[in-house]
Amino acid sequence: MPDDMDDKILAVLAQHGRLPLGPRELGERDDLYAAGMTSHASISVMLGLEEAFDVEFPDRMLTREVFSSIASIRAALTELAAVA
Amino acid sequence: MTPAGAQFLSGVTAAATVAAAHADDVDRAARFPVEALDALKDAHALSALADGVPFADVAQACQVLGRACSAAGMVFAMHQIEVACLLSTDWSWGRSYLADLSREQRLIGSVTSEVGTGGDMSRSVSSVEPQPDGTCSLVKQAPTVSYGEYADDFLTTTRRGPDAEPGDQVAVLHLREQTTMDKTGTWDPLGMRGTCSPGFVVTASFAPEQVHPQPYVTLGAETMVPVSHLLWGHLWVGIALEAFERAKRSVRSSGPGGVKAQRLSELHGRLSATRAQLAEGLARWQVEYAEPGRPALQTMGATLRHNVLKTSISTSVAQITQGALEVTGIAGYRNDSPLSIGRLLRDALSAALMVSNDRLHETNASLLMVVKET
Repeated sequence: MPDDMDDKILAVLAQHGRLPLGPRELGERDDLYAAGMTSHASISVMLGLEEAFDVEFPDRMLTREVFSSIASIRAALTELAAVA
Repeated sequence: MTPAGAQFLSGVTAAATVAAAHADDVDRAARFPVEALDALKDAHALSALADGVPFADVAQACQVLGRACSAAGMVFAMHQIEVACLLSTDWSWGRSYLADLSREQRLIGSVTSEVGTGGDMSRSVSSVEPQPDGTCSLVKQAPTVSYGEYADDFLTTTRRGPDAEPGDQVAVLHLREQTTMDKTGTWDPLGMRGTCSPGFVVTASFAPEQVHPQPYVTLGAETMVPVSHLLWGHLWVGIALEAFERAKRSVRSSGPGGVKAQRLSELHGRLSATRAQLAEGLARWQVEYAEPGRPALQTMGATLRHNVLKTSISTSVAQITQGALEVTGIAGYRNDSPLSIGRLLRDALSAALMVSNDRLHETNASLLMVVKET
């Protein structure tokens, strides 16, 4: 269900990312921080993703890199889903 | 201890004696601790990290200097932070600069704060501006530049380019001869008076190779922030330790026992806890810094730990120093007494403001929502 996963990621980014552009206007590898996501907004995004996907990111995944693009967020969520 | 470390610490101890002899005058006149810095240069201490002195010994040196003259200690600590940044990654320009620094004992200042960012060091207004001739320039309005008039060279944070987001920062090492400093303010603070840190408009022209190869977000998380908090922490503990020793002398002269002796014991407990926290922070950072790729230092858990190290130590040292004033009583309150606590307390109070504890608590409050191990 990758499309469903992407829709949910985009919905969380739209709600919490405080990006000047809508998340659907971003490429999946575009740097969200370069697109204007602040570190404060990124924490809201993490909390939003944990709630939307009912997961907990372990501390080793709580890095700037993991939340820097739609693709890297998807990779982290896929990794968590594989373990679960 | 390594031979380099032992030789370094004996040089620093000698410089600390010089620093202590001038500390009150430096404070009174709000003047640069020139004698202490000359002694540190004579001891070849400014290039310690580049010359292979272990980091823990440089941290210890900050504590030794902090006991003697907090302003000299702060200048030394800040300079070592900049050197640590130059050593954080393989950078050929930085390496050749460090060879010059080692030979000439050059002093590096930092230009991190900026007008218009509300005290947030992770955002910049100014930027690296490429020039038609292939060089680069930057213009930065800094509300404070520590020892700005006395630094030989500067490490300045700024946006990567004119189109970069405020958080897309780099650090630039520019030499004094490439830099124009226009002073914008005066300097008459409560404490840390010898750091001589008024505001400046900093204008620099430099080669593209002088831009640090790591993005500032990486340099800051791995090196600049933890090293700052660790070295400042040692220097601040040095202030508290000196205040504690004065309080101890005061109790010894009035005889053991009684309320003052009990308060001294309480201060000792707080001081020990503070030192233990600092030692633990230093040990963990060193382990994580040595790991290939430094993955642990990229995590928000590391940011949380480095921030709380700063907020707790800065708060404790001010409380311990104030506690020492209460133990020493009027002798400590007087400026013209060997037990005087005044300068130490005024200096210790700067710790909570130097990178605002309020701002760090705000960041940590939000990090606590996501970090699991706390």
